[in-house]
Amino acid sequence: MSMVAEAPLKNAVPTDQELIDFVVREARLIDQQRFDEWLDMYADDAFYWMPLEWNQTDPRLTCSLMYEDKLLLSIRVERLKGARTFSQKPKSRCHHVLQTPQVDSRDAAANSYVTWTAMHYVETRLEEQTLYAAWATHHLSVEDGRLKIKLKRVDLINCDAAFGNIQLFM
Amino acid sequence: MTRYAGNAAALRALVRDQEVHRDVYVSEEVFQLEMEHMFPNSWVYVGHDSQVPNPGDYYGTTIGTQPVLLVRHTDGKVHVLHNRCPHKGTRITSETCGNTGKFFRCPYHAWSFKTDGSLLAIPLKKGYENTGFEQSHAAPGMAPVRHVRNYRGFVFAKINDGGLDFEEFFGESLSSFDNMVDRSPVGQLKVAGGVLRYMHNCNWKMLVENQTDTCHPMVAHESSAGTVVEVWKKAPPGTKKPMAVEIIAPFMSPYEFFENMGIRIWDNGHGHTGVHHSIHSDYSAVPGYFEKMKAAYGEERAKAILDENRHNTVYFPNIMIKGPIQLLRHFKPIAANKTLVESWTFQLVDAPDMLLERTLMYNRLINAPTSIVGHDDLEMYERAQEGLHSNGNEWVNLQRLYSPDEAEQTNVAVNGTSEWPMRHQFRAWTKFMTMGM
Ligand code: FES
Ligand SMILES: [Fe+2]
Repeated sequence: MSMVAEAPLKNAVPTDQELIDFVVREARLIDQQRFDEWLDMYADDAFYWMPLEWNQTDPRLTCSLMYEDKLLLSIRVERLKGARTFSQKPKSRCHHVLQTPQVDSRDAAANSYVTWTAMHYVETRLEEQTLYAAWATHHLSVEDGRLKIKLKRVDLINCDAAFGNIQLFM
Repeated sequence: MTRYAGNAAALRALVRDQEVHRDVYVSEEVFQLEMEHMFPNSWVYVGHDSQVPNPGDYYGTTIGTQPVLLVRHTDGKVHVLHNRCPHKGTRITSETCGNTGKFFRCPYHAWSFKTDGSLLAIPLKKGYENTGFEQSHAAPGMAPVRHVRNYRGFVFAKINDGGLDFEEFFGESLSSFDNMVDRSPVGQLKVAGGVLRYMHNCNWKMLVENQTDTCHPMVAHESSAGTVVEVWKKAPPGTKKPMAVEIIAPFMSPYEFFENMGIRIWDNGHGHTGVHHSIHSDYSAVPGYFEKMKAAYGEERAKAILDENRHNTVYFPNIMIKGPIQLLRHFKPIAANKTLVESWTFQLVDAPDMLLERTLMYNRLINAPTSIVGHDDLEMYERAQEGLHSNGNEWVNLQRLYSPDEAEQTNVAVNGTSEWPMRHQFRAWTKFMTMGM
């Protein structure tokens, strides 16, 4: 398994291609289960949001499947390594197929970049393999010369369906 | 092969004082009999009346596996109707919930019904003249569930005419609903925030039992709650404890905590954990809330309401409520090995928003299909559903802290790690399963 490292940004303002490469790299790190490197792509005040409602606007007074800060994400990553994490014995694996991310907005003055990525995500454990279709919206900014995720929003096409376990990250 | 249909003795033999036969979890035949007898003989939760605030509002759900509608009639009363057209059986409503106006109209041949289910009109009615239609099963319209009771907003229905009346069925257990509702300064709850729906490949009773299973959190949830505790230890000293840590960390409380928290047993399978304290006892105060409660109830009564820390109240057969965080879990049976778990949340009307925010955080951290705590539990249920197919031992043990005279006792508080509530649920199971057989 190749361990391609993150390429440093060439300039203070990222190019579209650099934004796209970053989003693609995030999916790759999840698929390769390089969760510590993955977490490091998130800003300290980042949120990972998976709405429960179609076109949901509020993560606070409307329930979500996930609305997690970096502390909760790091708890998930630690848990995946745990000796007594029985729902991960054997471990799940996952697989992303991304459409080329589209750069929806770029505001260098506000240090804010938004991309939109359609994807298919497969999570599997033993005989069970489940396909999910979703759109990922990444809100990115540059911190100390590196891109960081401020908010990743994952909208499932069937967000209101009854699901079984979803154990990894889309 | 039928073993149990029409055979009350065989069904009774599945439940012993300290163990139950695995067929109560794995047999499709037993499952079908639960749907035919046990659910129709019981008062089953349908929904909350805030889901249908206006005349014509409806909400579609199930009693056991039977599709029903909760609907607000033009006179303001809430009715429960079987959700099938009396003509050919078509489901009447298109959405899970909505407003139908003054009447329901079947999308197949346009028969229409008032919102109490009675037949309103049939196109080309002439074709039924002199056919004895008035005597047909179709003539009354959409069949109502005849026994419906709205208790402080929570609507229950009993399909069969026999069985116990509402008060007798629930007895003193209704105090948990009272406490949940009283937590609103105006004594009113509203369904809010959206429902989490989580599919479980296991029998519905495994979930019900788990609600009073206090010997599993520190073991099965070591992976999630234990990790929370470990990660939180590394936070710099003086960091304010986040709401999420307040919610998950208490799952790692030691055995003594759960032993001392106590369990109360009521009649007919109902009961609750958390007589003296619970994992919900040490949440931070929400600014402005107590002041509102004090203004509404007076200081003493407000304190009494909020000092009640009941953990999980199980209402037989298939719901659990958490008064201190306004949450209701509905374990909907689909097959012997399949259960849909719906986790509903409520807003305390006229209380600060932060309470709903905490309720929703609890729900998504504990009850979502993406919840690490949920993953811990479901793994255990599915392993049990699988393991029970072994013929090496056909019995499931429910013996912990058994006492031979317990069947006669009611409204008692006992050691919080007792499996008495599970034994008690199965006594009720036998009673309502074989009632009238
Ligand atoms: S099936 Fe409903 S009108 Fe015919
Ligand atoms: Fe649990």
